[in-house]
Amino acid sequence: MTQLATELDGAERPLSRKDYQTDNDVRWCPGCGDYAVLAQFHKMLAAIGARKEEHVIVSGIGCSSRFPYYVDCYGIHGIHGRAPAIATGLKLANPALTVWVVTGDGDGLSIGASHLLHALRRNVDVKVLLFNNRIYGLTKGQFSPTSPNGLPTRSSPDGNPDNPVHPLDFAMTAGVSFVARAIDTDTARLQEILLAAAAHRGSVFVEILQNCPIFLDGAFDALKHDGKRIHLVDGEPMRFGGGVLGRNALGALEVLGENDDRVLVHQVGDRGTARQLAAIDDTDGLPAPFGILYRTPRVPHHEIVAARGNRLDVVAMQRRLSQSAG
Amino acid sequence: MLLTFNQAAKSGANVESVEQRVSDGEVRDAVVVRFCGDSGDGVQLAGNRFTVDAVRAGSDVATFPEFPAEIRAPAGSTAGVSAFQVQFGDHRVYTHGDEADVLVAMNPAALATNLSRLKPGGVLIVDSGAFTRKALAQAGYAHDPLAEFDGGRARLVSIDMSAMVLAALAEADVRRREALKSRNFFALGVVYWMFGREGREMLEWIDRKFARSETARHANATVFRAGLACADTLELSAYPVSAGAGAIEAERTITGNEALSLGLMSAAALAELDLVVGCYPITPASDILHFLSRESGNGVVAMQAEDEIAAIGAALGASYGGALGVTATSGPGMALKSETLGLAVALELPLVVIDVQRAGPSTGMPTRAEQSDANIALYGRSGEAPLPVIAARSPADCFDAAVEAVRVAVEHMTPVVLLSDAALSNSAEPWRTPDLANILPICPPRAIASSDDGPFKPYVRDDRLVRPWAVPGTPGMQHRIGGLEKADVTGGISYDGENHQRMTELRAQKIAAIADRLEGGVELYGERTGKLLMISWGGTFGAVRQSVEDARRLGHDVSHLHLRWLNPLDEVIGEIARGFDKVVVGELNRGQVTDRLRARFLIDAKVLSVMAGRPFGRRELNNAIVKAMNA
Repeated sequence: MTQLATELDGAERPLSRKDYQTDNDVRWCPGCGDYAVLAQFHKMLAAIGARKEEHVIVSGIGCSSRFPYYVDCYGIHGIHGRAPAIATGLKLANPALTVWVVTGDGDGLSIGASHLLHALRRNVDVKVLLFNNRIYGLTKGQFSPTSPNGLPTRSSPDGNPDNPVHPLDFAMTAGVSFVARAIDTDTARLQEILLAAAAHRGSVFVEILQNCPIFLDGAFDALKHDGKRIHLVDGEPMRFGGGVLGRNALGALEVLGENDDRVLVHQVGDRGTARQLAAIDDTDGLPAPFGILYRTPRVPHHEIVAARGNRLDVVAMQRRLSQSAG
Repeated sequence: MLLTFNQAAKSGANVESVEQRVSDGEVRDAVVVRFCGDSGDGVQLAGNRFTVDAVRAGSDVATFPEFPAEIRAPAGSTAGVSAFQVQFGDHRVYTHGDEADVLVAMNPAALATNLSRLKPGGVLIVDSGAFTRKALAQAGYAHDPLAEFDGGRARLVSIDMSAMVLAALAEADVRRREALKSRNFFALGVVYWMFGREGREMLEWIDRKFARSETARHANATVFRAGLACADTLELSAYPVSAGAGAIEAERTITGNEALSLGLMSAAALAELDLVVGCYPITPASDILHFLSRESGNGVVAMQAEDEIAAIGAALGASYGGALGVTATSGPGMALKSETLGLAVALELPLVVIDVQRAGPSTGMPTRAEQSDANIALYGRSGEAPLPVIAARSPADCFDAAVEAVRVAVEHMTPVVLLSDAALSNSAEPWRTPDLANILPICPPRAIASSDDGPFKPYVRDDRLVRPWAVPGTPGMQHRIGGLEKADVTGGISYDGENHQRMTELRAQKIAAIADRLEGGVELYGERTGKLLMISWGGTFGAVRQSVEDARRLGHDVSHLHLRWLNPLDEVIGEIARGFDKVVVGELNRGQVTDRLRARFLIDAKVLSVMAGRPFGRRELNNAIVKAMNA
């Protein structure tokens, strides 16, 4: 049932995006991509008519992890990397809740990579929004697990020595049942993905590319060009500004001419193609994929692990204790 | 007769001959029996059955199973020896006993590794049929030890159990290999007869246990009867143990880990909360996960997490979601849970962390007992992060300790650490089914809707400084909490120094105030003043009590104070301790709680410590008491 707000004159109306805001001052840097995500999140809650008490946002540590303070639902700002674990227990205890995990590239893929992997593979019914700005923000500018190799940062003056992890590839490998990618500057498509995420039962993994104007400004400028990114739509041919996507003789993805009839049609349930799309790298000449890469129905974790019986009251527990005798 | 204090103090002076006892027909009030054999010889089963029936016969018991560290050590090797020791008697039995009156060794390796555990002059029962040349070599014997056995060391009862089992089953449809697997039932028959038991309960158990296979039922019953008959023929009825007039009435025995599990479930019922358990497998705590995983039909959610951090994270998330979150671990896992415990202190949510302590540091000795996690439980977090710590004192007491831990966690909105140890976890003692109607209900401090229109205030406190528990899903109480310091009352983020000072004090006062509500926080046995006060905590309770009883029987001025809660500490501890000339704390570490008591109460407490991976021995404690009295 949709939640209603009561006006001063007593009239009731559906909640608007503003009703989901809190009194807390939002303390991200001016120009931070997180503002756009927050605004779309409020809008999504209003669009689905969310009851405030039924949503919980769990976060770890980092700029993105301040998110729960800015949404008027339940929230828990946890410790670095552990949000997926906390969310897993929360969902087991209280399956009726809609649980969101807001994390970043450092929180989710460095210190908390293990918890994220296991939450996704278990298909825990939580919606993970991973804000990827490819840099550590809150600790002021060290390289993150998604920073490009060679990137000079405060902790890598001679260039990042490590190779980046690909979040979408990581999620597909984990075996998650919903994988999508959005970017802070394309708010319309971000909104579509948030709505789809809210509707999915099971683990959701959404990578949101998000610009850090302070420590890695312009990280995603290259993707602004239509020839560098592709928007995937279920049932639609894979077309983008630079042509279409098809397969070469070896089955690998390749860019074909605009009118090539070997163009692939996106199927969200096609795990094999989704894995190829998820693995696309900045450097391999293929367009960066956006939209819902993969979605499949799967029984969520809490329905498998959930207690098969009802909680014992004192009388039933007394019987249970007596059974254990002898 | 009991080993008296003087005899014990003279270490090994007790060489009274067994034959003498037999001819006297002396009735003893406590006896120690130790079964040992290869991992595959079924000595744990034999020990457990013997124990259960001893309890049925009215005895008090204390057991101590010892397993090899290796999962599948080579058969017949000394590394693969498994043992089970039980002390039973007609009065309160506190420990499994230092040395065995009767040692049953099923093969040479067991004899080689366990003979030192037999009391001088005790009875040694062996299966001579297992003393083959190959088995002797595996055990490191150049010659057959039975051939040249020193009758002054012990009375040897050498029976070719293997041959007798095969003979007993000659008519049965059982292969040789299978037949020999029932040697433990033969040995059990021998021991039953020795203690004047006819084995009716054991035969009934065999009927139930093997109801689905008439062949197995018949074979095991036949072999057990053959053991009884063999002992009868050899006139081995050596030790009638007096029936337990003063013994405990109990339906069954229970191990520490079983009692913890049932205690958690009972506490959840008393609090009307769902029980959500997050665990990562770790010795010796895994049996709690195993037990509760089987209770899914009773509304329990048990989740095997990817690591110790996720296990406590899930438990804390469950508590935030309105359930009773619990995690169980041992030392190395405790270290990993530290950060989340700090978060739980900041969030002020109920959470129970069970630490079944084992010998450390690091991996240490996973199957061996120690009490060396007192400090990490009390202090092992960053920042000022006080929390209550309770320690169970015996296997059956693990039930009560679990209920109390949950009560404090839930009613005071705080994480609680419950300390058990490797010895308590597997040891058994008699257990009467508790009557839950006699246990006070546990009352969660549910948030109630406030009359003012402002946002919900998660850190408003009641007169016990406890904040309200507002569970997600409750309309109108949406709030955000986290590890950042919170403003008093409103719970908003605060970097204000004075607020932090106030919140730090409030968190400390909240825990300190619990001391007033802890029933049975300390237990004094003996006079309130005197010459020597022995202090114990956790699993050293039984050994210390027994030795204090021994000493008091001999007229020594000794009292015993047992601590149930290591935090908060009851002020009365200091008052009592100051009434004694000397204070000695017995603990299986280098003095962690001793140091705490010294610092807190400015008393000159000395530590008596053992870190040998085992509980205190009666003799070493008795000797220590004499030494302290004479010093």
